[in-house]
Order: sequence, then structure tokens, then C-alpha cells
Amino acid sequence: MNDAVLYAASEASNPLVPNVWEILVTTLGFAVLLFIVTKYVVPAFEKTYEERAQAIEGGIAKAEAAQAEANAALDEYKKQLTDARAEANRIREEARAEGAQILADLKEKAASESARITEQAHVQIQAERNAAITSLRTEVGTLATELASKIVGESLNDDARAGRVVDRFLADLETQQSAGASK
Amino acid sequence: MIALALPAATNESEGFVPPTIDDLHLPEILPWGAHYGEGFGKQMLLVLLSVALISWFLVAASRRRQMVPGKFQFLGEFSYNFVRNSVGKDLIGEKDFRPYVPVLVSLFFFILVNNLFGSIPLLQLPTTSHVGTSYALAGIVYILWIVLGIRTHGIGYFKVAVVPSGVPKAFLLPVVLIEIVSNFVVRPLTHSLRLFATMLAGHMIIALAASGSAFLLTQTSGIVPALGVLTMAGGVGMYLFEIFIQVLQAYVFVLLTAVYIQGSISEAH
Repeated sequence: MNDAVLYAASEASNPLVPNVWEILVTTLGFAVLLFIVTKYVVPAFEKTYEERAQAIEGGIAKAEAAQAEANAALDEYKKQLTDARAEANRIREEARAEGAQILADLKEKAASESARITEQAHVQIQAERNAAITSLRTEVGTLATELASKIVGESLNDDARAGRVVDRFLADLETQQSAGASK
Repeated sequence: MIALALPAATNESEGFVPPTIDDLHLPEILPWGAHYGEGFGKQMLLVLLSVALISWFLVAASRRRQMVPGKFQFLGEFSYNFVRNSVGKDLIGEKDFRPYVPVLVSLFFFILVNNLFGSIPLLQLPTTSHVGTSYALAGIVYILWIVLGIRTHGIGYFKVAVVPSGVPKAFLLPVVLIEIVSNFVVRPLTHSLRLFATMLAGHMIIALAASGSAFLLTQTSGIVPALGVLTMAGGVGMYLFEIFIQVLQAYVFVLLTAVYIQGSISEAH
């Protein structure tokens, strides 16, 4: 039964035999489509992709640049902080050194001052002692002379003579003293 | 069989007449009502319509060029990307695929839309089920890969294409004969007939289910019309399956095109 149907169908038209006009229309239609796709569609799509890729890459580059900038700023800040710390340390050291210097200077000044005062005192003492010796020498002479004149009854009021006696006495005294010291 | 036998037994009419290939070959539009093959017909009109539709869609979708695509642009980019990357880039290779993207994209959309015409009410004719269209498309691809082969290898391409390396001399003659037949005769035939036959067969099955259902529901009596409900359900199932086949065949055709192009432009056989 089916054979008859198939036979009838194949007799009517063989499906493998093409309609030449359809080949022609298809070829022309496809050529038009291919032209439009090649000329307009593919370049537009590819350009969109390229721009999108560039936009993404540009965004990444921008982010990287910002990151680098932030890192540089951080480094700079850290460096400044370190510098400031070092500076502070240096100033503190300087102050300490300066303080020590001032202290030393003061001490030295005080020492020299005290030395000067001592020296001055020594000199004054020496001078007063000398004055005392001189004074004593005069006083002792006078007293001894008066005493001796009273005892001897001889006037020893003559200053020149009295002076000579006293000097001789004192010289004898010193000689005895130095002889005693050398003994 | 019962369904077919019953009407004959009731002698109500001349019985069920299944649709034939000729039911796909409608009378021409220009000149109006002329016999198929004598003028400009529905099939050719649909081919031109498909070119207009695809061109409009692709140009409109690609022209906006938004960085963040809208739905329409996304649909265009998605399908374009699918052919460009999944077919072109993966099969032809990242280095060489770019010049062939236009032909692959055009082929895919052309066949897809022309196949889907078979499932769109009122249009309802897969234009690729007319063998002329399938021959034309496979023929374009056939010429393309031969030209590409000659451009890559010179005239020695035919030797590259049919003489595989590493075959013992004793087997060379039969192998070369097989290669010639398989590459230059069978390849374009299967390429075109696969598309044509699946579209024709799918359309015939749906036509058969539809006309059978109509016959069973209107021309029979008793419980027999209930069978018409079954055939109709089967017809709807086949209709959905056919949409899948229509998309799949467009993909297969483009996939094979990419394989043929790759074979022609690659160095070794």
C-alpha cells in the first residue's frame, strides 16, 4: 500500500532534484547576508568587544596606578615619620650634650672661681702676715729697747743706734734659727 | 492501520490520503497559482524574508555598542559569540579563525531562521527542506574549502587532501580512491542532504500528524476520533522536538563548515 503512495509521490516530483530558481535565490540571498554581516555586523561586534576589553583593562590599569600612588604615599609618610623620629632623637641628644656641656662649664667655672678666691685669700694672708711681721719687728724693737734702757739706764733713745742693735739682735736670732733648722 | 482501514470499509470517501512531498511544493506566487518550479514561490519569498530579518536583527543588535548591553544587544552578542567562540575559535583555532567568523555567523543565522520558519505558524515551511537551498549552502561551503585549500597548499592541495601520510604502498590506491570519494563526493552530499532530509522528514511527520488528526477527528465515528487526540498529542510532541532539531541542524551545519575550513587551512592532512 505504501509502495503505491511512495511511487506516486516520487513520480510526481523527486525531492532530490532541485529547483534551479531556489538555488539562485538562496545563493543571492546568502551573498547579501554575508555582505551585510562582513561589512557591518562583525566589525561592530568586534569593536564593541575591543572597547569593552580596553575599558576593563583601563580600569585595572587605573586601579593599579591608584594602588601604586597610595603605596608611594604610604612609603613617603613612613619615611617622614622615621625622619621625624630621628630628628627628635638627634635634638634630644643635642640637648643632653648641651646640658652636660653647660654643667661641665659651670663646674669648671665654679672650681676656677674657688681656686681664685683661695689664691686671693692666700695672697691676702701673706700680705697681712708680712705686715704683721713688719709691725711686730718695729714694735718688738721699741719694746725691747725701752726695756733694755730701763734696765741698762743708758739712753738708747737714739733711733739710729737702737735700730742697729735691733737689727743685729734679729740677725743673730735668724742665724740661730737657721742653724737650728740645719742641725 | 485500523484508522486507515475504517474509512475504506465505511466507504464514506476515498479514504485517508497522506501528505506527499508535493504538498511542500506550493503553487507559485508570481505568476499567481502557476505550477511549482515555474516562477517565484513561497520558498523563495521566505529565503528573502530571512535575509531581511537576520540583517535587521544583527545590524540593530550590533549598532548600539553599549559597554553594558541591554537585553536586545545581549541576545545578539550571545548568539554571535556562540558561533564566534564555540564554533569558530574552538574548531579553527585562535590564530586563524577571525577571517571566517562572518561566513560562519551568516551561515548559522541563515540556516537557523530558515529552519525555524517550519515551526512558525502561517509561514510553516522550512525553506531548507527544499533541496535547492541545501545544495546552494553546501555548495558555497564546498567551493570555499577547496579554494582555501588551494590557497594554503597550492595545487598540491588535492594530493594533501586525498593521500594520507603513513599508509603502506600496497594500500595506497584503495585508500586514495576512498579519500577522493569521501572528501570530494560524499562530503558535500552528506553536508547538504543531512540538512535537507531532517527538515523534510520533520516537516512531513508534522504534516502527517496534523492531517491524520484532522481526518480522524472529523471523518470517523465511534471511538475512533479518540485516536485523533493521540495523534494530535504526538504531533505536538514532534512539533517541539522539531524545533530542537531545527536549531541542532543549524549548529551541525556550521560546525561541519568550521571543520572543513580547518582541514583546508591546516598544514598536515
